[in-house]
Amino acid sequence: MNLYIDKKDSAAAKNVVVDDMILTKDLTTTAGSKMLEGYKSLFAAEVADKLEGAGYTVTGKANVGELAIDLAGETSYFGATELEGKLTNAASVIVKNEDVCGAVVFEVNGANMRSAALCDLILVKPTYGTVSRFGTIPGACSGDTVCVMAKTTGAAHELLDAVAGYDCKDGTMHADEKCALLKSGAEFAPVKKVAVANSLCDTADPAKVEAFKTFLAKAGVEAVEVDADILTSASAAWTALMCAELCNNVSRYDGVKYGYRTKNYKNIDELYTNSRTEAFGMLLKTAILYGSDALSTGNYEKVYDKGLRVRRVISEYFASLFAEYDAVLMPVTSKDEYTMADIEADRYISFKENRFTSPAMITGLPAVVVGGVQLVGKAFSENALLDLAEKFEKEGK
Amino acid sequence: MKYETVIGLEVHVELATESKIFCSCSAKFGAEQNDHVCPACCGMPGMLPIVNKRVVDLGMTAGMMLNCDINRTTTFDKKSYYYPDLPGSYQTTQWFAPICVNGKVKINTSKGEKFVRIKQIHMEEDAGKLVHDDWTDTSLVDYNRTSVPLIEIVSQPDLSSAEEVLAYLERLRDLLRFAKVSDCRFEQGSMRCDVNLSIRPEGSDKLGVRTEMKNMNSLSAIERAIDYEVARHIDALENHTEELVQETRRWDDVKGKSYSMRTKETAGDYRYFPDPNVMPVVIDDEWFDSIRASLPEFPEVKKAKYTEELGLSEYDADQLTQSRAYCDCFEAALAESGMAKESANWIISDCAKALNRRQETADMLKINGKALGQLIKLVSEDKVGRANAKKILDAMFEEDIDPLAYAEKNGFIVSNDTGAIEAIVKAVVEADPKSVADFKGGKEKALMALFGKCMKELKGNCNPQVLREILIDQINKA
Ligand SMILES: [Zn+2]
Repeated sequence: MNLYIDKKDSAAAKNVVVDDMILTKDLTTTAGSKMLEGYKSLFAAEVADKLEGAGYTVTGKANVGELAIDLAGETSYFGATELEGKLTNAASVIVKNEDVCGAVVFEVNGANMRSAALCDLILVKPTYGTVSRFGTIPGACSGDTVCVMAKTTGAAHELLDAVAGYDCKDGTMHADEKCALLKSGAEFAPVKKVAVANSLCDTADPAKVEAFKTFLAKAGVEAVEVDADILTSASAAWTALMCAELCNNVSRYDGVKYGYRTKNYKNIDELYTNSRTEAFGMLLKTAILYGSDALSTGNYEKVYDKGLRVRRVISEYFASLFAEYDAVLMPVTSKDEYTMADIEADRYISFKENRFTSPAMITGLPAVVVGGVQLVGKAFSENALLDLAEKFEKEGK
Repeated sequence: MKYETVIGLEVHVELATESKIFCSCSAKFGAEQNDHVCPACCGMPGMLPIVNKRVVDLGMTAGMMLNCDINRTTTFDKKSYYYPDLPGSYQTTQWFAPICVNGKVKINTSKGEKFVRIKQIHMEEDAGKLVHDDWTDTSLVDYNRTSVPLIEIVSQPDLSSAEEVLAYLERLRDLLRFAKVSDCRFEQGSMRCDVNLSIRPEGSDKLGVRTEMKNMNSLSAIERAIDYEVARHIDALENHTEELVQETRRWDDVKGKSYSMRTKETAGDYRYFPDPNVMPVVIDDEWFDSIRASLPEFPEVKKAKYTEELGLSEYDADQLTQSRAYCDCFEAALAESGMAKESANWIISDCAKALNRRQETADMLKINGKALGQLIKLVSEDKVGRANAKKILDAMFEEDIDPLAYAEKNGFIVSNDTGAIEAIVKAVVEADPKSVADFKGGKEKALMALFGKCMKELKGNCNPQVLREILIDQINKA
C-alpha cells in the first residue's frame, strides 16, 4: 500500500505530513496522477513554508486520489489506501497510525472530511480565504481549502494556528485581523444552540448523529431539528462548479511544458490528446467532460450559472440559520465504511456521497469533523466549533 | 448596383506597464527568449494571479480618452482553448463585465467629421509566441509575451472605407500615446487589429456575410486588405465567382491577396466563466477621480492653446502636439524660460535632430524640460553661445545635468572681457594679412573667414555682435 508519494527521515520533535496536492520543493508532488509522476515544483506552498516557520518538519507527502475529487483516495495512480480493509485516504491512515502531529491536506470534494470521519479523527476545514492556497495544485479554486487533520482537537488547533494567516500571493484571502479570529486564544462565543440538518441525516446511518445529539443534551446545548431541504441541492451544484473549474485547471497539463508526454504523436493535436488520454484516470476524465459540457455555449446558463445561483441560495439559507443557531450538525458519510466494491458498483459514488460535504465546500463556511459527524459554523467561528468538539472529545465517548 | 462597406474593428493594444498583468515579470519588449518568465506566466500549477493595479489604471485611462462609461465593478474571466503559446491553456480576459463600455471617437476624413462608437474595452493577457525552426522542423515557444497586459478596443460596425479605418486607427494611436496608455507600435506588435468586413447594397439595413482578417499589423497592409476584400465581396455578389461564407481569412501582404484559413471541423467554444482566483475589481470614487485628474488635454486642445494663447504657428503647434513627450518638454521649458517660440524651436529642430541621430522617435524624448528652459535663458542672455548650447543639449540627452554648471565646467561661458577678446582678435588679424587685404578690397567672405577663426580661438564664448564690432575695428586699425 502506497501511503507516501515521497518522504524523508526526520529526527525532529514536531513532524507533519502534507498531502500530495500541496507543492513542496524537496519532495515530489503528483496530485495522485500519472500526469505529474516525479514532478518537482520550483517553489513550495505557502502552507509548507508556514509549517516550517512554526517549527514543524514536513516529513512526507501523503498519497491522494487523482486531483482529490474521489471518495477516499481510491483513484490515485499510485494505488488506493485502506485501514483494516476499509477504504480511507493516506493522510488519515498516517495520522491514525504514525507518530506525527497531524496532516495538512487539501480539500476539493470531501475525500479528507470523509476519511477523517471514517477514522474517527479531527478535521478542520477553515473558512475559505483564511489559509493561503498559494502553491496548491488547483482543483476547484472557488472552494478548494487547505485543512488540518489530527488525532485531537488540540493538535488540530495547533496546526491551524501554524497555517492560517494572510498571504499577499493569494488574491482571495481575508485580512490578517480576520484570519486571527481562528487562532487559539482568540475570543469567541461558545455554541449554545445547534440546528440538526434533517434532510441530510435522512440518507445517512443515524448512529453517529444520534450519539452526538446525546452528548449535546448532556452538555446543555440545545439541538433543534430543521428540514434544511435546500442543502440537498449542494451536491449537484458543487459537482457542476467543481468539474467546470477542474476541467479548466487541468487543461494546463497538455504534455507540452512538463509532466507526462506521450511517445505516440505525429502532430500537436495528437500530442495533446494522447498525453492526456494516457495519463488521466477515468474519474478525472469524466469530470473534465462533464465540466467542459457545463461551460459550453447553451449549457452555461442551464448548468454552470445555475450552480452559482444555488451557491448563493445556500449561503443565504445558512445565514438565516445562523441568525438563530450557532452551528449546524450534519453527517459526513452515509455509512461507516466503504470498500472497493462500492466504487465498482458505482463509479460516480464520490459525486453522490459529496452531498454531506458540499454544503460547506460550496459556501466556504468552516466545518469541523469530530466523532464521525460535522459541525458547520458561520465564517470565522472555528474557535467555537473546536471548543464544542473538544468537549465532545472529553465527555462524549 | 452601388454597395456600401460595413467595417468593425477589434484593436489590441499592449499596455505600457513595467510588469505583466498577473505576475511581477517584466513586460518590456525585446528581451532574449524566455528571459521574462516565471512559474505563473509559464502555467505551472500552484501560482495564483494577482492583478497589476497599473493595468486597471491604464484600462480606465483608455476608456476616459475614448469617452467610455467605466464599469465601477469589473471582473476577470477565463477563456479556454488549446494552443502551445498559451501555457495554462486558458487566457484570463473580461467577458461578463469589461472595464469600459459605450464610447465614441471623432474622426476626420475627406468626407468630413464622423463619430465611431466603441462597444467595449476589455483588459486581458497576451499569449506567447511560437518560433518555427525550419532547420530542425520544430516549433519552439517563447513565453516572454505571455501575460503582457492588453486592452482590446471593440468598435461598432460604424466604419465604411479604408480611409475611415485609417483615420480611426490613427486617432486611437494618437489619443492612447498621448495618455501614455501604450506606445502603439504596429511594427513591434504593441498595436494589432482584426478587421470585420461585409458589404451590402447601398441603403439596405441588412448586413451582408462577414469575413474577419486577424492580426493585421501595419496601416498600409490594412488599407490594401480592405480594398481587396471589398472588391472580392462585390465580385462574388455580382459575378458569382465564389460563395461568401462567414470565416476568418489571412492577409498575405506580399501577394496582395487574402486566403481562407483552414477552419476546424467543429467551431471553437471558449467556455468562458468567471475566474474564481481574481476578486472583482471595485473602482471607488477616489481611484476614479485620480485617473480622471491625470488625463492629458486632447492634442487639438493643446494645439489651439499653443496657437491662440502662445502665438505659435500652425506648423509649430502641429509638430509639438504629435507627441506627448514634446508637449511636456515644451511646457516645462516655457514655464522656465518664458519664451514660447524659442522653446518650440529647440524641440522641433534641435531635439528632433538629436532623436533622429539616436534612432529614437518623438515619443521617446526624455530630456528635462526645465533644464532646456534654463539653457534657452542662458543663450538669450548671451551667457552661452549657440554652438556651445547645442553641445550642452547633447549632454542633456545623456544625463540630467544643470546647464549652467555644465557650461562653467566645460568653459562654455561667454567672456565679457573685451580686453582679452581684442588681444585674441588682434593676433588673428596680424597672422592673416591676406584676408584683411581681401576684405578691404571688397570681399565680404574674407570677413567671415576671419570671424570664424576668432570664434574658434575664443572657443565660441563670445557674443557674435560684440566680436563683429571688435573685428572690424581691428581690421580698420591694421
Ligand atoms: Zn511571470
